[in-house]
Amino acid sequence: MQDYLASHARAIPPSGIRRFFDLVSNSKDKDIISLGVGEPDFVTPWRVRDAAVYSLEKGKTQYTPNAGMPELREAIGQYLNDQFQLDYDPAKEIIVTVGGSEGIDLALRALVEPGDEILVPEPCYISYSPITSLGGGIPVGIETFAKDNFKLTAESLRAAITPRSKLLVLCYPSNPTGAVMTYEEMLPIAKVVEEHDLIVISDEIYAELSYGTKHVSFASLPGMKDRTLLVSGFSKAFAMTGWRMGYACGHPDLIGAMLKIHQYTVMCAPIMAQVAALESLTPNGLEEKDRMIESYNQRRRLVVQGFREIGLACHEPQGAFYAFPSIQSTGMTSEEFAQRLVLEAKVAAVPGHVFGKGGEGFLRCCYATSVSQLTEALDRIGNFLQKIG
Amino acid sequence: MNQLKLNILDLIKEDARLPASTIATMLGVQEAEVAAAIKEMEDDHVIVKYAAVINWSKVDDEKVTALIEVECTPERGRGFESIAERIYLYPEVKSVYLMSGAYDLLVEIEGKNLKEVASFVSNKLSTIESVIATKTFFILKKYKQDGIIFEEFEDDGRLLVSP
Ligand SMILES: Cc1ncc(COP(=O)(O)O)c(C=O)c1O
Repeated sequence: MQDYLASHARAIPPSGIRRFFDLVSNSKDKDIISLGVGEPDFVTPWRVRDAAVYSLEKGKTQYTPNAGMPELREAIGQYLNDQFQLDYDPAKEIIVTVGGSEGIDLALRALVEPGDEILVPEPCYISYSPITSLGGGIPVGIETFAKDNFKLTAESLRAAITPRSKLLVLCYPSNPTGAVMTYEEMLPIAKVVEEHDLIVISDEIYAELSYGTKHVSFASLPGMKDRTLLVSGFSKAFAMTGWRMGYACGHPDLIGAMLKIHQYTVMCAPIMAQVAALESLTPNGLEEKDRMIESYNQRRRLVVQGFREIGLACHEPQGAFYAFPSIQSTGMTSEEFAQRLVLEAKVAAVPGHVFGKGGEGFLRCCYATSVSQLTEALDRIGNFLQKIG
Repeated sequence: MNQLKLNILDLIKEDARLPASTIATMLGVQEAEVAAAIKEMEDDHVIVKYAAVINWSKVDDEKVTALIEVECTPERGRGFESIAERIYLYPEVKSVYLMSGAYDLLVEIEGKNLKEVASFVSNKLSTIESVIATKTFFILKKYKQDGIIFEEFEDDGRLLVSP
């Protein structure tokens, strides 16, 4: 069959996460504590599940408009306005997608032509580069560093730009580093974007999970709304990963092009998931979201302090639900460290190198896990470090 | 009550065994502050006790619990206080609430079996002078108590590693 596969399908590398997943799953050890997940430990709040169950009972099982239920788009528009002072027209500038994943896919398909260079600050979420490559684009990783708290700097962005640069992908708060960028830190980036006439895909799926400073959307920077495609969704902040609910907002021309592709590929997002998403944007639903975020914040402090106490340098992650401690002091590669950690200490975490440049030497640890599990995991990692040290 | 105390209560109502040091880290404050706040709340009887929540239906010598609606005449000058006290001092009484509505006190009683509870109601409760009437309801199954669901849920359904 291999011979029949299209060259672009053959060319994309299997995800490093997948490889590590196989290793962990094959060990079949029930006692493994996993910090390797990329999703909340909360189940979707009951009121949201109940709304979906009720809609099924009422026979809501049809297609919705391609761009999503009008009342959901309205609610998303209102929510983005309340939270992040963004102003999108629900009729033309918002599309409901099957997870943020589909939003990223649609945007890259609508924008990337063969030979286009797509700038991707790394370490970063793993889907941008392969999807870029599928469309014939060339992903250009821009390394970010722990000393800068993994923030993108205008200098390194400028240094990566060539005449073929078309798009910049931003993801703050960041998976895997937990980095955030403030208004002041993004302004110089916006300036470079303007100078070089770039388009930005801003993946703000972790926006709500910002601790300390309030999240600033890149699209809200002066002059950036029309140049930015905002991708977000309900998976993380609303604990709805399995529902596959996301949305994208941007210039009507771009949303229109994405909508065309979306029509032909998925028609519309599932109606029960849209009903559930609508419920999560009610005042009660938002309250549940805030409660979950506060709980992540508490565990974030616990984990960061925990890593530092057992001797791993750990910059302070200010968003998402990941800590990204350095394991460089052990002299091991992150792959080696992560493998031995699973086998010898029964803690799973994702080796940083799978997230691209700058990830080597780090470990992504998701702290969306119970306090008792986190404490136990930190103990185990501490003992492991003693053993190898 | 200040925010720190409320935050502490939120955490320890879920897990009373969290050490002050862990609470302090989680809330981003000094351990001494947490210890002092807890001490104060213990002294003020805001925190009354650190007790385990037990699902007795899993224990072999099972207990019988009943809720009893009690209608009574309040006493001049003291209202329901002394009647409530006469009732709650019995060790088999688990809780006593003053209620609005059709009756006055709601009493929760625990006994080894139906007979024991029934005899408590007829011998001790109904005989109190100001008690006019009682209605007894036996609890058949506890699903949730004090915000804690007793049913066991499936383990964490998440994949061990995901993007
Ligand atoms: C940065 C980032 N973007 C997008 C996604 C996709 O999420 P979903 O498709 O569930 O909305 C994820 C999920 O891990 C992510 O971490």
